[in-house]
Amino acid sequence: MITQIGRTAISQVVTLGRAALMLFGAIFAAPNFAKSIPLVIRQIYVVGVQSLAIIIVSGLFIGMVLALQGYTILIDYGAENSLGPMVALSLLRELGPVVTALLFAGRAGSALTAEIGLMKATEQITSMEMMAVDPLRRIVAPRFWAGFYSMPLLAFMFSAVGIYGGHLVGVEWLGVDEGSFWSVMQANVDLSADIMNGFIKSVVFAIVVTWIAIFRGYDCIPTSEGISKATTQTVVHSSLAVLGLDFLLTVLMFGE
Amino acid sequence: MTSRKVEFWVGLFIVVGFLAFFTLAFEVANSGSVSSSDTYQLKAKFDNIGGLKVRSPIKVGGVVVGRVSSIDLDKVNYVPVVTLDIYTEYQNIPETSSLSILTAGLLGEQYLGLEPGFVIEGVGYLKDGDFLEDTKSALVLEELIGQFLFSQNDD
Repeated sequence: MITQIGRTAISQVVTLGRAALMLFGAIFAAPNFAKSIPLVIRQIYVVGVQSLAIIIVSGLFIGMVLALQGYTILIDYGAENSLGPMVALSLLRELGPVVTALLFAGRAGSALTAEIGLMKATEQITSMEMMAVDPLRRIVAPRFWAGFYSMPLLAFMFSAVGIYGGHLVGVEWLGVDEGSFWSVMQANVDLSADIMNGFIKSVVFAIVVTWIAIFRGYDCIPTSEGISKATTQTVVHSSLAVLGLDFLLTVLMFGE
Repeated sequence: MTSRKVEFWVGLFIVVGFLAFFTLAFEVANSGSVSSSDTYQLKAKFDNIGGLKVRSPIKVGGVVVGRVSSIDLDKVNYVPVVTLDIYTEYQNIPETSSLSILTAGLLGEQYLGLEPGFVIEGVGYLKDGDFLEDTKSALVLEELIGQFLFSQNDD
């Protein structure tokens, strides 16, 4: 029983160490810009551009729901003019980075894991090593940087579209005064405190989600069962990591 | 060919991402204009504007007829000067009109209530750049309580 706990703990630490080694290998591998930039662009297309539809649609609907729910509460206190800052602050501080990270883990992270896992199962990675091509530089690094660049941009789009959705429901439908909606929002939203902290959050989530996705694929058992398990683990682990880190970052940023 | 398509979409993605950032930075966090219909400007001096903000609405009987365009401090008398943008469809506001700072609900935003005055012989209409003379300042809760306590002591 105690041996079992010890064995699990040791294997967890070893996994973490392998993951860290892979990440450092990918980030600090001597870059060859002429070769690596087209690879990164290709991956930004797969990871970022193809996630646009889900991000924009979810952003719009989340903004609209926030405005509708907020309005029914705020109208009781005659404070429906505070709808603008409520929608903007909850999107910029929390929902923008967090929901983008969760959707990104489901939409792009799982795809990354399955792709790299299948490469490993079909021994493409081994053959690359045989041809003296470093798979860390050729496969892992471009995917990591693509996720790193795409997710903050996606989070900004999510927040912007969500605020527009809030405007649609709050101003156009429920009749909150347009000037109050925007002027109270502008009076309450701060560039460094709200937008920049949201940006820092989304950068942290980008690193964590992409790292977990790539490592799960790179480290999977090269069978069809192993790939399916690795894909599940990617979504579960990155969602939990995002929610846990979000609490930690919120305490650090808005704690006192 | 496919590579150029990919490059185009990635470029568009990055541009839209930065556009979203600048929208958030300038529209949501700072000032920017939202609606732009034709307006003319009136000015008014107050003793105390309370929580009035730029772009607060100006209402006549609850109907929005304009917005606050700027709030400055008179350099000589040190009283706030509020500039109002009134929509051009609401011309002919009499010179005798009065302007007061009101609050929407108990906790709501402050807005300007415009009370149109009477029109008799010799009373003209306000034109672009004119000052509204009859203004009532914002009610500051602390001052109200202070006055209330003071009047209690008199009894």
